[in-house]
Amino acid sequence: MQDIVKIVREKINPDEILASVADDRAGGTAVFIGTTRNHSQGAPVEYVEYEAYEPMAIGIMTDIARTARFRWELFGLSAVHRVGRVDVGEAGVVIAVSAAHRAGAFEACRYLIDAVKKDAPIWKKEVYAGKQTWVGL
Amino acid sequence: MRVLVFGGVREIVGSDSVEVELAGGATSEDVLNALAAAHPALGRWRPFLRVAVNRQYAPEPTRLSPGDEIAVIPPVSGG
Repeated sequence: MQDIVKIVREKINPDEILASVADDRAGGTAVFIGTTRNHSQGAPVEYVEYEAYEPMAIGIMTDIARTARFRWELFGLSAVHRVGRVDVGEAGVVIAVSAAHRAGAFEACRYLIDAVKKDAPIWKKEVYAGKQTWVGL
Repeated sequence: MRVLVFGGVREIVGSDSVEVELAGGATSEDVLNALAAAHPALGRWRPFLRVAVNRQYAPEPTRLSPGDEIAVIPPVSGG
């Protein structure tokens, strides 16, 4: 099964991402869903906007996926990040993996989200009532 | 040389790419210095900016070649 690495503008459906990693050899499947929360640093958040340097983000995420697949002998792997406006409660990122056992699935999923957050050239702007901030800048 | 900029840096410079004058043999570090000189508001962020050359993070300083795709990468915050 090929790794699925995508950056999309439309809403992400976590059920579809989960279904994409289904594999009869798998004994464990893990999914991480990163959602927009309604507050940040004590202030109510209206929505967030993600921006990506898309060709590089795809390249970095593909490298990260390849590393995870090799290290944990994954069967299925999907990593999908959304760009544009993401409202409270909606998913900005969904990562799913299937592996032989639960430990590999959990570890790989954790590794993937951490590595994407650290290195994928994607930026989040939080929009509050009347103001907006780029997270990290 | 044309330099792609993103996120908070894009907003500070007011465009998604900027033309930066660089001498022959310039490096990725020269890109950041030139950008910070042209946009003083970027000065305080200078230590946190990374440069990507041809869509890969460049260890600083990396020698640039004509035709390279250069991008300034502010602290990332995806996920």
